[in-house]
Amino acid sequence: MSIKSKTKRCLEVIEDRLGLAAWLGPIMRHPVPRATGWKYVFGSATLIAFVLQVVTGVILATAYVPSTSQAYSSLQFITHDAFLGNVLRGLHYFGAGAMVLLIGIHTIRVFLMGAYKFPREVNWLSGSILMVLTLGMAFTGQLLRWDQTALWSVVVGAEQAARVPWIGTAIAHFVMAGDTIGGATLSRFFALHVFILPAGLFLFIAIHLYLVVKHGISEPPVPGHPVDPKTYRKEYEELLRRDGVPFWPDAAWRDAIFGLLVVVVIAILAIVIGPPELGRIPDPTILNAYPRPDWYFLWYFSVLALSPHKLEPFIVVLGPTLFGLLLFVLPFAGSKGERAPSRRPWAVGSVIIVLIIMWTLWWEGKRAPWSPDFTAQPLSAAVVGTSTGPVAQGALLFHQKGCEYCHRIDGSGGRRGPDLSTVGERLTKVEMTIRILNGGFNMPGFATALKPGELDDIVAFLETRKGAVPRSVSNSETGALQKH
Amino acid sequence: MHDSEPLAERDPVEATRREFLSMVSVICGAAIAAIIAVPCVGFLLSPLIRRAPRLWRSVGPVNNFQVGQTVEVSFLDSSPLAWAGVTAKTAAWLRRETETEFIAFSVNCTHLGCPVRWLPHADLFMCPCHGGVYYKDGQVAAGPPPHPLVRYPVQVYNGEVRILTSPIPTV
Repeated sequence: MSIKSKTKRCLEVIEDRLGLAAWLGPIMRHPVPRATGWKYVFGSATLIAFVLQVVTGVILATAYVPSTSQAYSSLQFITHDAFLGNVLRGLHYFGAGAMVLLIGIHTIRVFLMGAYKFPREVNWLSGSILMVLTLGMAFTGQLLRWDQTALWSVVVGAEQAARVPWIGTAIAHFVMAGDTIGGATLSRFFALHVFILPAGLFLFIAIHLYLVVKHGISEPPVPGHPVDPKTYRKEYEELLRRDGVPFWPDAAWRDAIFGLLVVVVIAILAIVIGPPELGRIPDPTILNAYPRPDWYFLWYFSVLALSPHKLEPFIVVLGPTLFGLLLFVLPFAGSKGERAPSRRPWAVGSVIIVLIIMWTLWWEGKRAPWSPDFTAQPLSAAVVGTSTGPVAQGALLFHQKGCEYCHRIDGSGGRRGPDLSTVGERLTKVEMTIRILNGGFNMPGFATALKPGELDDIVAFLETRKGAVPRSVSNSETGALQKH
Repeated sequence: MHDSEPLAERDPVEATRREFLSMVSVICGAAIAAIIAVPCVGFLLSPLIRRAPRLWRSVGPVNNFQVGQTVEVSFLDSSPLAWAGVTAKTAAWLRRETETEFIAFSVNCTHLGCPVRWLPHADLFMCPCHGGVYYKDGQVAAGPPPHPLVRYPVQVYNGEVRILTSPIPTV
């Protein structure tokens, strides 16, 4: 007996006892429509990103200490001392981003191509749950990077939960595992991130894949060919008989190639850029904090800053509730009818609008013009135009009294309030005085914080702010520039 | 086997027995789930059931604080866990209004809990997150906060300023 035939015999015995090929073979080779193409790779790529997250997460857990007092130093060890620790954290960080991004693209693809319609409504529901769980993983994962930002993110999360009527405070204390942030807080988020949410993901991935095989991969939509539950199944089976190909390998090869691409990009980012540096220690008594969510929640950070104040409690509580409800109602409300994007302008339009809104909010979140700029430095003498007298004194006060944290002058300062580079042209001395003393339009009044002389100096300084040209430029040049 | 099943189904006694056995099995399963779930859920809900006691914590002698000034103070939570590390402490902004009167503000912005900073020259608290601003007495000056800064109970006892440990304020 040759080695080849021995191996064959050996495999036959294994197959006879386990029956794996007999069981999985037909599943892997289940027929799919031939016309599926590169648009169909995002679901499997999300799964590959999830597998990467599980593996790198388990390995990180061998070194991470989920204790409120020690997590920070164990993260320092992983990042700076452990062999390949930085790369592993990078893989897990960019893997998380990839998973959020890919599940989003997959959802949009399924929505635009109407693949959630009959008979795949429950595929959509299980997918929606997977998306919510993924966002839960993204949030809790950011918290396990237990630095100052993570600590305040827990507080911000708990305070949002507290907006729920009646039981809000109880939920907030449940989230923090106590009345305040303490020893129990991080352990809870750790259990949530590594046991509870992943268990949910495994369960719903199994359901999702089972349903994908049961109902088959949706065929690319054809305009003018609506879904009719009475005839759909028969037509789909007919299509597979006529023009079906086995999933493995006729369709799976694209998933494999795209999956490889995703993993390679994650690996390159992990090595070249690396994981985000840890912030300050998570000490609740260090109040010079600047908490920001990771990029995937930056748009929501803007929602919280920009919502009309009176509506905010409703937006914070009802927004996510309505979003969840919409996800669940959608496949049943629209289980029939046209699937092609060209016949569903409202579907295409709503995706475009949502993407534009999210992009705008994301961009605003990155700039955060509503946050005071605590890093603003005193204006230089070159900007002020003089280094003595009331104008110089006013410029100094403009910084000291916090005006500059919210107002910009010649490119320096916050964006919270109007840019004051040319305020001397817009407002008179009296108008400025009234505004500074009384505040208004989201500006505090400074009547009690300023001495009369100080107010005069600030106004004197602001009166010099005319024209967006450097003060060293001669008058003739100024005239020439202003003509433009 | 194949022959006995239709026979048994036809037999009303056998059918009732099967119904009963199914019910017993389902009830057993539910009981197993309940026995496991009750202590587990109870354990998770313990932060709601066992509230932390509230204690007066000293933040320093009265003479450490000057009238009209607002400074950061910190104190130990009422019953910190041994592994709480730096999170065992809570900070507050303490303002001495008069010789005898103190105000202790929670550092948490009433909007969504971010730590507000005190700007001593501007006499303002400013929040770094969504732009909340408060006057020195904690009243809202600008931005999204729906309420003034929350005040902790504060007292002077034996020449020491003491703050009552309190939950992170929620709306």
